[in-house]
Amino acid sequence: MLVHSRTGKWATWVVFFLLFLPLFALPLLVILTASFSTHWSGAFPSGPTVENYGAAVRGESLQALTTSLVTALAASVLALTFGSWAALAAAALKKGGKRALDALFMLPVAVPSVVVGLAVLVAFSQPPFLLNGTRWIVILAHTILVTAFAYQSVSAAIVRLDPMYEQAAASLGARPSYVLWRVKLPLLLPSLNAAAGLCFALSMGELSATMMLYPPDWMPLPVQIFTATDRGSLFAGSAVAVVLMGTTLLVLLAVSRIRTKASFR
Amino acid sequence: MSSGIRFESVSVAYGKNVVLDSLDLTVEPGEVMALLGPSGSGKTTALRAVAGFVKPASGRVFIGERDVTALPPYRRGIGMVVQQYALFPHLRVEDNVAFGLKAQKVDKAEIPARVAEALEMTGMASYAKRYPRELSGGQQQRVAIARALAIRPNVLLLDEPLSALDAQLRSGMLAELARLHRELPDVSILYVTHDQVEALTLADRIAVMDKARLQDCGTPQELYRRPRTEFTASFVGNANLLPVQVGAAGVRFDGVELSVDTQGAAEGASATLCVRPHLVGLGEGPNALRGTISEVQWRGSTHRLYVEVGEGRHRVKADVRELRETPVLGEDVVLHFAAEDAVLLGAGVSGG
Ligand SMILES: Nc1ncnc2c1ncn2[C@@H]1O[C@H](COP(=O)(O)OP(=O)(O)O)[C@@H](O)[C@H]1O
Ligand SMILES: [Mg+2]
Repeated sequence: MLVHSRTGKWATWVVFFLLFLPLFALPLLVILTASFSTHWSGAFPSGPTVENYGAAVRGESLQALTTSLVTALAASVLALTFGSWAALAAAALKKGGKRALDALFMLPVAVPSVVVGLAVLVAFSQPPFLLNGTRWIVILAHTILVTAFAYQSVSAAIVRLDPMYEQAAASLGARPSYVLWRVKLPLLLPSLNAAAGLCFALSMGELSATMMLYPPDWMPLPVQIFTATDRGSLFAGSAVAVVLMGTTLLVLLAVSRIRTKASFR
Repeated sequence: MSSGIRFESVSVAYGKNVVLDSLDLTVEPGEVMALLGPSGSGKTTALRAVAGFVKPASGRVFIGERDVTALPPYRRGIGMVVQQYALFPHLRVEDNVAFGLKAQKVDKAEIPARVAEALEMTGMASYAKRYPRELSGGQQQRVAIARALAIRPNVLLLDEPLSALDAQLRSGMLAELARLHRELPDVSILYVTHDQVEALTLADRIAVMDKARLQDCGTPQELYRRPRTEFTASFVGNANLLPVQVGAAGVRFDGVELSVDTQGAAEGASATLCVRPHLVGLGEGPNALRGTISEVQWRGSTHRLYVEVGEGRHRVKADVRELRETPVLGEDVVLHFAAEDAVLLGAGVSGG
């Protein structure tokens, strides 16, 4: 029995690695290898170097990284605020109203992000809303794109929230605003946190809408990677990509650390 | 200051489904009123109407002299404890208990003492720093009660507070609740339960509910000794309900004359005679009923006998002191009961 289940376990792991490695890990491994190389003509890369990284964490790339981080942070905070607000408001609405809001916040997910980018570009290219050419248009587009995800995950969490907590608080004399800050939001914190991570990661990787909107002084990292590889600097681009990946993962890790502390049961 | 609760023909409906039908009930200041009834009879709905979580379709709710029908829950000044405790999982015990005080902006300097007092009262003082998830069910319920008491409500609403606890713990908590009420004689308590023992033990008066309606209301003794309806008789305690015909000086049950107080009921009317099983004796005596034993249950200190009597083979339950020799099934026996132990239930109230 024990042996049987042990073989079973091994088989599961083998299958997992056979599927997982080629599908997910190998492309990432290739990038990682490429980022440490100068040539790749045969089956394996050659000319091991760390110089690509020297460039990737300096000058233009460093600025692009900061740009990306600031954009993602701002977009996540804004999206979380608006998304949670809308989700809380929708929860208080009647069935029809909630469905309408749900549909509205589905739009940015359903519509291709190029279209969202174009829409933002057209809408904000004339006064009185002249944002074109500023960093704000990039942040705005990212916010629109990720708010949908924030709305959806917070909405789902509100549905799961047992109304008895709210009622217990109200019976103790707490006004709705007090209940919101002291009971509902703290109980929603794990979901808000997860939503924040999701928004951040999505914004860090956003390329298609950003391409149509970014001004010269606000070039996020994915655009930098794209232009680098487009110019033919594959290895430098790989190093920047690894930096992007690493930074995003680090932030997500930090966010999930906070989540573990904030979950109660 | 103490204040009671008053329902004035309160009706509640969900869509077309009427779940509370014109309830009229008054809980006097300082009184413990039990709302007793089977599941789905509208007890929780009545309690939620007092708390403000359902809006009555018609009628008014008063707390003290104040009409609270239109007030939001947070302005009603009630304490509430529900079956699932509803302790805030992200707050420590002491912060749970302090929640109502902070929400109502009680003077900050006063809060620690009042939290300590409430925890002391429920015996949870040593658990102040714990989180709800670190407590057992019974302990969580104590904290929930402490939290409701900390705001010093005039009215305490309890919705099946003991039903999530095991039997042993339940009887302990029942005694605790009785003690709490002795310590807080001014607090009016509305206690929702489907358990007749809880209602009989704790309540000054019991309101019996069935099918969205108030069926009966009275002190436990009144309801137990002199029930007015068949439903009350069978739900508050155990009862033999015998279909009888009112005669001149007693009633006729399946051809047998029984001498009981007919309370002026019209001669010839059909009625129901209620006799509590533990007041039925075995052997010859007044109001003798002859029959055969169809089932015997040994319950430790008592034997419950099911005896089929008369032509109609009506089942009569008798709880008798433990018998030396267990009666044999099919044995012919005689049961009897004293005239004053039988209650004639009003003609025409049958149906449930
Ligand atoms: N939110 C609701 N929506 C629709 N029906 C409800 C709702 N709450 C309770 N009911 C119905 O009201 C009736 C009475 O419920 P309740 O007052 O909870 O009964 P009890 O507490 O006596 O068990 C039940 O038939 C129940 O199905
Ligand atoms: Mg109930």
